[in-house]
Amino acid sequence: MLSRTAENLFWLSRYVERAENMARLIDVAMRMSSLPHGPVDGPDEWHSAIVAAGCERSFYAKHERASAETVIDHLARDLDNPSSILACLETARQNGRSVRTALTVDMWEAVNATWLEMRRLSKDEFTPARVGRVLDRVKERSLLFGGAVAATMLRSDAYWFSRLGTFVERADNTARILDVKFHVLLPQAEPVGGSIDYYQWTAILRSVSALRAYHWVYRDRIKPWLVAELLILRPEMPRSLMSCLGEISRQLEVLGQAYGTRGECHRLAGELEARLRFGRIDAIFQTGLHEFLTDFIDKSTVLGDEIGRHYLF
Amino acid sequence: MTTSAFDEMGERAAPRPAYAGVADWLASLAPEVLAAKRDEAELLFRRTGITFAVYTEGGDPERLIPFDIIPRILDAHEWSVLERGLIQRVRALNAFIADVYGPQEFIRAGKIPPALVLHNPGFAAEMVGLNVAQGIYTHIAGIDMVRVGPEEFYVLEDNCRTPSGVSYMLENREATLRLFPDLIRRHRIRPVSHYPEELLGTLRSVAPPSATANPTVVLLTPGSYNSAYYEHSFLADEMGVELVEGADLIVEDLVVFMRTTRGRQRVDVIYRRIDDAFLDPLAFRPDSALGVPGLMAAYRAGNVTLANAVGAGIADDKAVYTYVPAMVRFFLGEEPILKNVPTFRCSEADERGEVLDRLHELVVKDVHGSGGYGMLVGPHATKAERLAFAEKIKAAPDRYIAQPTLSLSTCPTFVENGVAPRHVDLRPFVLAGRDIRIVPGGLTRVALREGSLVVNSSQGGGTKDTWVLDG
Repeated sequence: MLSRTAENLFWLSRYVERAENMARLIDVAMRMSSLPHGPVDGPDEWHSAIVAAGCERSFYAKHERASAETVIDHLARDLDNPSSILACLETARQNGRSVRTALTVDMWEAVNATWLEMRRLSKDEFTPARVGRVLDRVKERSLLFGGAVAATMLRSDAYWFSRLGTFVERADNTARILDVKFHVLLPQAEPVGGSIDYYQWTAILRSVSALRAYHWVYRDRIKPWLVAELLILRPEMPRSLMSCLGEISRQLEVLGQAYGTRGECHRLAGELEARLRFGRIDAIFQTGLHEFLTDFIDKSTVLGDEIGRHYLF
Repeated sequence: MTTSAFDEMGERAAPRPAYAGVADWLASLAPEVLAAKRDEAELLFRRTGITFAVYTEGGDPERLIPFDIIPRILDAHEWSVLERGLIQRVRALNAFIADVYGPQEFIRAGKIPPALVLHNPGFAAEMVGLNVAQGIYTHIAGIDMVRVGPEEFYVLEDNCRTPSGVSYMLENREATLRLFPDLIRRHRIRPVSHYPEELLGTLRSVAPPSATANPTVVLLTPGSYNSAYYEHSFLADEMGVELVEGADLIVEDLVVFMRTTRGRQRVDVIYRRIDDAFLDPLAFRPDSALGVPGLMAAYRAGNVTLANAVGAGIADDKAVYTYVPAMVRFFLGEEPILKNVPTFRCSEADERGEVLDRLHELVVKDVHGSGGYGMLVGPHATKAERLAFAEKIKAAPDRYIAQPTLSLSTCPTFVENGVAPRHVDLRPFVLAGRDIRIVPGGLTRVALREGSLVVNSSQGGGTKDTWVLDG
C-alpha cells in the first residue's frame, strides 16, 4: 500500500486515541481538584494536567495561570493546541478523509460524525460544570471507532497500521496519565499513603476505567505500587504499557512476515516489551516512577518515528 | 423559447417511442410519490457519496449537484449515429494534436492559421518532437453535445484535457436502479457500470514500451481539497489502482516510483487529474506543491505515460474547435458525422462585422473560457451589456467566437411545481487507447431554472441518468 495511506491510517488512530486520553486526563484533573485542598500556592492538579499532557509551552504562552477554566479550554477546545480534543478530532478526520477509501464506511462515519458533532458545540459546553458530558461523549465516540475498526476492517496491512497507531498512542498516554500523580503535590500536612493520596490514586484508576479491574486483580485496598503495577506491567489490563507493547510487537510481527522485512522498529518494540514483561514494580519504584515513565515516553516517541522510517512515511 | 424547443419525450398523449414507458409511468404517479422519491434520492447520494456532502465544508457552501429522478432516453438508432460520430471525432482530434507536436502538416497545408496554434496558450512547446505511447494524446475526452431536433445533434465543445463528471454518470445509474427497479426492468437499457474497467483497459493499453506485461497504473490527484476529489477517489477505488498525490511519487534516473510500505514501486501510467502547469515544478510552475519534480524528464524519456498528454488542451480552444470538421476530412479522409454549431470567428473581419451587427441574437464566447463564464448571451443581455461586450470584441477579436443561440432540446424534469420541460445537454466520455471505447450514454446536464440554457453545475445545473436503449 502507499506509504501515505499507511501513515494516514496510523495517525488517524493515534489522534482518535489521543482525543480519548485527553478526555481521560481532564477527568483525572477534575476528580483530583474536587478532593479537599490545603492552601494552594504550589503547582496543583490543573498545572499537573498541563505538564502530563506535554502542553506546558503552548499553554503558558497563552495563559498566566493554570485554572480549571484555562486548562479545560486549552486541552479540550483550543484549536491552536494540536493535542486538544477538538484539534485531535479534526486532524483525525483530515487523515481519514485523505484516505477515505482505505477506511470502512463504519470507521469513516464514526470519525466524521464525531467531528461534525463536536465542532458544533458552543464554548459554554466546555465550562468546568458542563464539560463532563463532552468528555463522556468523546470517550464513547472513540470506543465506537475502535469497535468499527475491530468489527469491520479487513485484516490486512491497513488494519495493522491502524492498530499500531492506537497502541503506540495509548502506551504513551497511559504513561502520561500515571505521571499526573507525580506532579500533584500532596497538601503539606498530608502524609504519603494518607487519605488524599488514596483518593488521588483512585482518581487515576477511575479515569482509565480500571477501578473495577483493580479490585478483580488484587482484591486489596488501593496501594500506589499496585496501581502502578496494574497500569504498567499487567498484561491482562488493556490500557497497561505491557498490554500496548504486546499489541505493538504483534502487529509489527505480522507486518514483518507479510512484507518479509524487519528493521529498528521491530528491535526496539521487542526491547521495550521485554523490559515490561520481565520488569518488577519494586525495581521501577527504586529508580523512581517518574523517571521510569519519562524514559518510557521518550522511547515510545522514538518507536513511533522508527515505524515511520521503516515504512517510508 | 421553451415553447419552440424540441422536447425529447414529446406530447404526453403521443410520446416519442423511446419515452412511451416513461410517459406511462409518469402519468401513473402522484406528485407526492415523485417528491418522496426525490428526497430518497438525495438521501442516497448523501450516504453513498458521503464525501460529496463534506468536501466543501468549511469555506464553500455544502453542495450536492442536484439529481433529477426522471431519466433522459436515447434510442438505439440515435446512439449508433452519435457513437460513430464520436469515435470519428476523437480519432481526428488525436491525429490533430499528434500533428501539432509532430510534422505540422495541417498547418503547412494552410488548413488553420499558424498563429492560432503556435501562439495559443494551450500549445505546449515542450511536447514538440516527443513521442507518446500509441500516438494518443487525449485518452479520455468529454465531447459536449446538444440537440435541437429529432435528428439534429451538434457538438458544442471538445474537452480533451481532463473532463470530469463521469462519476455522476455512474452514480446516477446506481440511484435509478435503487429507486425505480420496476421501471428499469420494463426497459432494455445498456449498462454503464463497466466504465472503470474500460478506463483501466485503456490506460493499460498506453503503457510505455518499457513497462512489464502488467503495467502499474495510478491516479494522480491534487488532493482532498480539490472539488473533484470525490470523483478521483471513486475512480481509483473502482479501478483498483492507487490514488496518489504528488508527494507519493518520486523520480529517479528518469523513472517514476511511488513510495509504498514495501518500498518503491515503479509506475508506468499516470491518469492525472491535475493541470499541466502543476505537474512538475521543475518544468512548469516552480511554486507548485502538487506536482512531482522530474516528472516531465521521465515523460520525455518515454518511461511513463501521462493521460491525458501534456498539451492536449490545444484542441479545447473554441477557435480551434471551428476547424475540427476540416481535421476529420484532412486526417481521416471522411465526411464528419457530427456537426459543429455554425460559428463566427471574430478574428476574421467580415465575420466580426456580422457578429457585431447581430449581437442581440448570438452567444459570444471567450475562446479560452470554460464553465459558462466570460460569455455573452445576446438575447438575454441588456443593451448596455451588449455595447460593453462589443468593445471587448473590437479590442481583442482573436479572443472571441460567436454562435447562434440554439434552442436546446428539453426533457421532462421534476421541479417545484411538478413535471416540466427543461433544457439539457449531453457529455459522452470517449476512451482512446489502442482502440476507442465509449460507454453508451454519458452525463446529461439539465438547466433546472425555467427557460435557462446554462447547464453548468456551477450555475444551477443538475444531472440526469442517461439511458441508451438496446435494439
